[in-house]
Amino acid sequence: MAKILSIVETAYRATLEEQDDTIVWLNTMFKKLNADISLLFRSNAVNYVIQGQNASGLSIGGMVQQNPPQIGRDIADLLAMGVPIYVVEADLRERGIKREEMMPGVQTMGVEEFYHRLADFDHIWHW
Amino acid sequence: MSRYLLIESRDPFDSRDCDWLYETAKGLSKVGNEVTVFFVQNGVLPSRKGSRYENYLHQLSLYNVKLLADSLSLSERAISDRHLVAEVSISNMDQLVDLLMDDQLKPIWH
Amino acid sequence: MSGKILTLAIMDGPYESTCSTTAFRIIDAALRKGHSVKVFAYEGAVSLTMKAQKEHPNPAHGTSAEDEHHVLTKRWVEGLYELAKKHHVDLDWVNCGLCVDERGAGDWVVGPTRGGPADFLTMVENSTNTLVIPSKRNS
Repeated sequence: MAKILSIVETAYRATLEEQDDTIVWLNTMFKKLNADISLLFRSNAVNYVIQGQNASGLSIGGMVQQNPPQIGRDIADLLAMGVPIYVVEADLRERGIKREEMMPGVQTMGVEEFYHRLADFDHIWHW
Repeated sequence: MSRYLLIESRDPFDSRDCDWLYETAKGLSKVGNEVTVFFVQNGVLPSRKGSRYENYLHQLSLYNVKLLADSLSLSERAISDRHLVAEVSISNMDQLVDLLMDDQLKPIWH
Repeated sequence: MSGKILTLAIMDGPYESTCSTTAFRIIDAALRKGHSVKVFAYEGAVSLTMKAQKEHPNPAHGTSAEDEHHVLTKRWVEGLYELAKKHHVDLDWVNCGLCVDERGAGDWVVGPTRGGPADFLTMVENSTNTLVIPSKRNS
């Protein structure tokens, strides 16, 4: 089975569409379809692995969003399904995110390791 | 050794994240891979001689990264052969497709 | 006919991102070179095939709809199907069904079909190579 690395760069875009992140959603579907998928969050998307994200409270024209995105929950679900989840260490550091703020089970990846690890995958999809 | 094709559609004047692509190209090459960067859309803007990023492209070529730029994107922005940084070769969609049809090559769009 | 297949995932809607234009150019070049192409249209890209797209005059140029030769992405899709036929190769264009429903984009030109993530994985599995062209609008 082909090994796929999905690199997620863009964060908090289109989260209304499926009440989640559309790329996290797509990769969750891939996993449910038995694809051999790993996720690497980089750039602003490293924010997805920190605890305490809360998108509730959106109300437009009197319509309250009853089912806001819960990206932290979705990442935890992916981890529970056995999807390896990595974040780029330097991108966390740049944004002042400490390791203890991350969800348990998420692994960090250094830049040099990244250059070597790409060879492990048949497909690299940068979203 | 793996072969990588990094397709750069963004430009560093607008997107700081272009640094990531340039560094990834160098890093992948440094660890022994064959790397091509294909500039398209605003990604061709640093290819103009005298651009602030001219030296970045020079650096990439020192790391044996092959640099190609889409002819339509160049002409749309009035970047002709004589305006082009020496390390960048004019390319087109046919060549991009030829690269993509190599099943051992890993394309990454940025 | 090369026997090779290129799969593309595309995400941007009509006109607003040059990424869609580049995707069309890649598909065009691949078909002309005798390769089959599979397209998975996700998010806004499902609107590329909408039948309701229509030409209009351009008041800034002072031109009529006919003068403008307005590019409609649905016509490009139709043209690509013709091109595939001419070169005896296949073009399979799958619109993500859930994305279609959310956008009311279900009335499309002849050719594309409705599908989902499973179709994309099947495309990838049966292709020479796969290129993902993501949407990069910032939040």
